[in-house]
Amino acid sequence: MADPRPILTMTGISKDFPGVRALADVGFRLFPGEVHALMGENGAGKSTLIKVLTGVYDVDQGEIALDGEPVRFSGPLQARQAGVSTVYQEVNLCANLSVAENILIGREPRRFGAIRWAALRRRAAELLRRLQLDIDVTAPLGTCSIAVQQMVAIARAIDVSAKVLILDEPTSSLDAGEVGQLFQVIKRLKDEGIAILFVTHFLDQVYEVSDRVTVLRNGRLVGEYLTRDLSQIDLVGKMIGKELQVLEHLDEERAPAAPEPVVEARALGRRGAVAPFDLTVRRGEVVGLAGLLGSGRTEVARLLFGADRADHGRILLDGVPVSLRTPRAAMGRGLAFCSENRRTEGLVEELTVRENIILALQAVRGWARPIPRRRQEELVGRYIQALRITPADPGLPVRALSGGNQQKVLLARWLITEPRLLILDEPTRGIDVGAKAEIQRLVVSLSKDGMGVLFISAELEEVLRLSHRIAVLRDRRMVAQMVNEGVDADRVMRVIASGESS
Amino acid sequence: MSRETDAVRDERVVADGESDLVAPRGAGRMRGLARHRLLWPVLVLVLLLLSNLIFTPGFFEIEVRQGHLYGSVVDIVRFGAPLILVALGMTLVIATGGIDLSVGSIVAICGAMACLRISDLGDQNEVTGVLAAIGLALALSLVLGLWNGALIAGVGVQPIIATLILMVAGRGLAQLITGGQIITINSSPYKLIGAGYWLTLPFSILVALAVTALAVLLTRRTALGLLIEAVGGNAEASRLAGIRSRRIMLMAYVFCGFCAGVAGLMISSNVSSADGNNAGLWIELDAILAVVIGGTPLAGGRFSIGGTVIGALIIQALSTTIYTIGVPPETTLLFKAVVVTVVCLVQSPAFRARVFRRRAPRPLPVAEKPKAEVAR
Repeated sequence: MADPRPILTMTGISKDFPGVRALADVGFRLFPGEVHALMGENGAGKSTLIKVLTGVYDVDQGEIALDGEPVRFSGPLQARQAGVSTVYQEVNLCANLSVAENILIGREPRRFGAIRWAALRRRAAELLRRLQLDIDVTAPLGTCSIAVQQMVAIARAIDVSAKVLILDEPTSSLDAGEVGQLFQVIKRLKDEGIAILFVTHFLDQVYEVSDRVTVLRNGRLVGEYLTRDLSQIDLVGKMIGKELQVLEHLDEERAPAAPEPVVEARALGRRGAVAPFDLTVRRGEVVGLAGLLGSGRTEVARLLFGADRADHGRILLDGVPVSLRTPRAAMGRGLAFCSENRRTEGLVEELTVRENIILALQAVRGWARPIPRRRQEELVGRYIQALRITPADPGLPVRALSGGNQQKVLLARWLITEPRLLILDEPTRGIDVGAKAEIQRLVVSLSKDGMGVLFISAELEEVLRLSHRIAVLRDRRMVAQMVNEGVDADRVMRVIASGESS
Repeated sequence: MSRETDAVRDERVVADGESDLVAPRGAGRMRGLARHRLLWPVLVLVLLLLSNLIFTPGFFEIEVRQGHLYGSVVDIVRFGAPLILVALGMTLVIATGGIDLSVGSIVAICGAMACLRISDLGDQNEVTGVLAAIGLALALSLVLGLWNGALIAGVGVQPIIATLILMVAGRGLAQLITGGQIITINSSPYKLIGAGYWLTLPFSILVALAVTALAVLLTRRTALGLLIEAVGGNAEASRLAGIRSRRIMLMAYVFCGFCAGVAGLMISSNVSSADGNNAGLWIELDAILAVVIGGTPLAGGRFSIGGTVIGALIIQALSTTIYTIGVPPETTLLFKAVVVTVVCLVQSPAFRARVFRRRAPRPLPVAEKPKAEVAR
């Protein structure tokens, strides 16, 4: 089915960022007329690989060959002229321009410098017909659905005699019907012999549309597989990986959770984010949320904390219905949420360690009641010591700290508010093994003291080690909840892969 | 010569004192950082003042005449007082990530309102009447600041647009108040604010000092400064940390309006008249410049009140210098622009790095690393 000669080969690609090796000796092939899925968890290096390919980043090491010729693009524009086009997750078109203008922007048919509008519309309509789409090309793009916008972005990308089309999570904001429409287009392009690199987090879509899968993990190539030879469970296993490092053993046993619930979600949901779910966290209980990236883990946390507003269901605290419309309201009721995006949603980077740690407590007290300086220093000092934040200097700007220590600063911020429910979204991602073990130990001891913890992690081992109960999410739906007794990683992986809770 | 170097040292001491006021951080390291942050503005100011010596040998002479303090340096602070006031308010607004273009109009409106009320008085030297006029004008400035804040924090209009509205409409409002005329008054109590002396010091300097102290107290003795810096530094993280950012922003604009109002009183008092067209014209630009020179980034976040005061003094010292060295009037604006450009460039660490270490490897954009981390 696929031409034996790859149109695109990347060999031995390495890319370093200061302090991080984003890609290490990664190879990748793309054959004409096939859809190739690039899979991997957050931080696996998918985006970096695409950016290296399209010239957004320089390559540190390795070769890229297009059609057998070695190439090195200086930027996306040059890549596109050579036939490598990219459609990004967020549609980056101009909503105020018409469909036709969007498709042909930058290369409008002209005569004497003036745009030939009739020709422009005709060309655009032709291109869309090639995708068998019937869209009014004069309509402003903003009036079209996201799916149509996505198609327009594709039409725009393939206009320039594309050989390779890169689709970076094109389906993440589409509903099921729109995804089907998009896949029709993908199949048509595939039949025309265009090679398609497809990035998604939805497993079903991989199996529906792709011929070949390449899996990355932590910037390394795990392998390239034919999709039909790879079972869903194997794919999940390869993406998540087994925890290779031997973490320090958690000698403390999980204490039994108290029966009284701290927070109960009843059919809580938000359209486009996560389907309605029920979830209960009891005093002293650690509930783990498992699932792949984009499965709705974070959305569950944000709904509980009031960071997003639920449009369905309700929340009960101590059995009493409450309205948590803002983070502030949730904090007032003893909830705390440590976001997965340390930089964008957590730290204020230019502030010091001390200021970042007291921020939430100060926010609750209001501006007119500053925490006395001595009390601040005492609190901050205590938590710097307890969490072993290094360097132990509260006056340092927080951006000067390593990722693990920044995470501990965020933890400290929430711990000094003495929450009853602590929501931790990927608290151990991107930090070293030592800090990881410390944070895990902390979670255990907090729950022993009666705090409820909702623990979200992409690493199954970690979820299994810490949780009393595990809730599994798949494609923005909570598909199973299980008591963590005799549950192993394989079983959870099976649920993630199949969506069935048996 | 020795007296002059003393004066220079005094200048430094003042600057350091201010930096400590702004950042009363316990750790020695932070104090070092704060000092470092103000190093360049202070150097520029000192250089600017010193350059005056070439043209005016007696530049740093200060004398007490009839119980009043006189001298070129005193004049710089005295004439710079309105700018200091406006720039103080602007500092907090910019720290939240916003901007206030309407301060010039607020200056005009408040001056006009005060002068109008005073001109209506039977006896313009009656203290209670003057105080009432001042109170009314300041209340009006608070309302105008509240209007800006409500548009921006409440309705969600972009700061530059929201304050542009008042910038343009405010001039009209000022002219309505003055009836399109220049209101001239003759009130000695009112004259005190802008041109009078108290305890040998020009009263305007005392007012500027008092408002500076108020700003420092408000931001550093309460948690307001921290919350402003958090909102300006990372609005989403601040929201998730439970900060009511709207309220914080509202307060910044109200304070900014108040500062502009006081400056308006000062300016109109100094000339004993209110000119709806020209009072405080372009002062918003000088104020923004003062804030930036003082080391507060336009993007918001960390702010430095001491830096802003120094920045305002730099701008005033520059204007004074232009007059004393006799730059032809038709080239003063150009001359000022050149100096300001140089000052801004010298302050920029990126520019200094490029000039002084031309061959040094360009630091990798920090933003790229996390991009790789959150790769999707």
